[in-house]
Amino acid sequence: MPLRRGESTASRSGPDGLPRLLPADTTRPEGLRGHLARHGFVPYRNDRLRLAGDLRAAGLTGRGGASFPVYRKLEAVTAVGGRPFVVANGAESEPASSKDASLMWLAPHLVLDGLQLAVEAVGAHEACLYVHDTEGGQLTSALQSALSERWSARIDRVPVRLAVAPPRFLAGQETAMVNLLNGGLALPTFAPPRVFERGVAGAPTLVQNVETLAHIGLIARYGADWFRRVGTRAEPGSMLSTINHADGSVRIIEAAIGTPLRSLLAADLGTDGIDGPAQAILAGGYHGTWIPAPRAAELTLDNAGLRPVGASVGAGVLAALPAAHCGLAETARVAHYLALESAGQCGPCLNGLPRIAKGLATLAGMRPPRQVRKDIERWAGLVAGRGACSHPDGSVRFVRSALTVFAAELRHHERGVCSATARRPFLPLPPATALSDEDWS
Amino acid sequence: MSTATDMDKQLRVNPIECSGHGACAELLPEMISLDEWGYPLIDPRPVPPALERQARRAVNGCPVLALQLGRKP
Repeated sequence: MPLRRGESTASRSGPDGLPRLLPADTTRPEGLRGHLARHGFVPYRNDRLRLAGDLRAAGLTGRGGASFPVYRKLEAVTAVGGRPFVVANGAESEPASSKDASLMWLAPHLVLDGLQLAVEAVGAHEACLYVHDTEGGQLTSALQSALSERWSARIDRVPVRLAVAPPRFLAGQETAMVNLLNGGLALPTFAPPRVFERGVAGAPTLVQNVETLAHIGLIARYGADWFRRVGTRAEPGSMLSTINHADGSVRIIEAAIGTPLRSLLAADLGTDGIDGPAQAILAGGYHGTWIPAPRAAELTLDNAGLRPVGASVGAGVLAALPAAHCGLAETARVAHYLALESAGQCGPCLNGLPRIAKGLATLAGMRPPRQVRKDIERWAGLVAGRGACSHPDGSVRFVRSALTVFAAELRHHERGVCSATARRPFLPLPPATALSDEDWS
Repeated sequence: MSTATDMDKQLRVNPIECSGHGACAELLPEMISLDEWGYPLIDPRPVPPALERQARRAVNGCPVLALQLGRKP
């Protein structure tokens, strides 16, 4: 495809309203031609410092779950010195999340623009795109084609290697990813050194979630003020969210940060004072927090709004649990999965998570002994904060919120009654579980 | 506001290396106890100067070198 390098993007004002990241037509991927028609050429800065300044003014935070200010990561990596490495993290390991895969499928070039801009901003010579091999390899082969096309069209200045993450819950965890890219297994390591100090091949390594990179691709074109046109003052911009509705349907939406949950989950929470089909909302995925539906209906999709209930936006996963399902049984299933997905490296996690999961399975049954809940709470206290990665902490957050939110259901179970009428599992869980080292590579 | 200074030393365990041997809790019971699975529960406060020698002994006594004494990371 003939491309003129001088195509100006200066006159572009940026898309009004939402969605910004996803193309209007979500039935098929946006190819390079369509992408360039929509957004123009990559606005390289030819200046290492300008992008960090723009991102600081925009207030962009990481969309992979931690909501860390992006400009500070850029500055930390450049401050270390030496030749940095950049990783686009698309290994979305939360079973209930598919926003990153959807974004990479529908708008791969926006993500890859952002990656090149991040590479330029830190002065890297190499980069990697780290993804799960979903949909029978369709996503990885589409991304490989997109990368080849950009290289032939001389859009990318730095080559990008595609790396495939093993289908493990912890594969997207930063230190596990670096371990894999360095030829090891995708197992977390103990910091320090942090990956921004010493990561891939020993280089200071910038890791950014793929959605974060796509936002960078837009901010570099349309500016910080444009970015701030949606969102809250403290948490500007928009974010992708995977919404697992109570009717079993799953939707990816791009919402302004601060959007009321009631409007995102209208069919689940009900409107005008009429209760919907959901009894509770899980915010933040399987390391996240259960919220009773009536409380969720008063909250907004931003960290400031979710903090009072101990939740955070995380990577934007929301799941509405239908009233017909047992919250304790669902929590027990997920806790079992989380225990199996422990890397098994740290004593408290290795010993605690299986016991917690087994205890929850007892609570999900009829007439559990009173002691079981106390045991779970004690084990949760012994596990939290004592791992090399955040798996024990996140798992415990999820379990503790369940014990609070489903306390009434637990009293029913103690009397030998379960109020659920549906026995079919609701929350999505992958079947596979690691059996040997090969499953972590 | 914390009263900690740059001189404050803190004990920290590398949980991946730690194998639950338990030597640290025997050498420094003032600051380390063991959980029900034999893994160390460490007092997060700075090591008082009076215990620093003993803390070093605990660090050196760990058979897998999982215990560290250093400034708060």
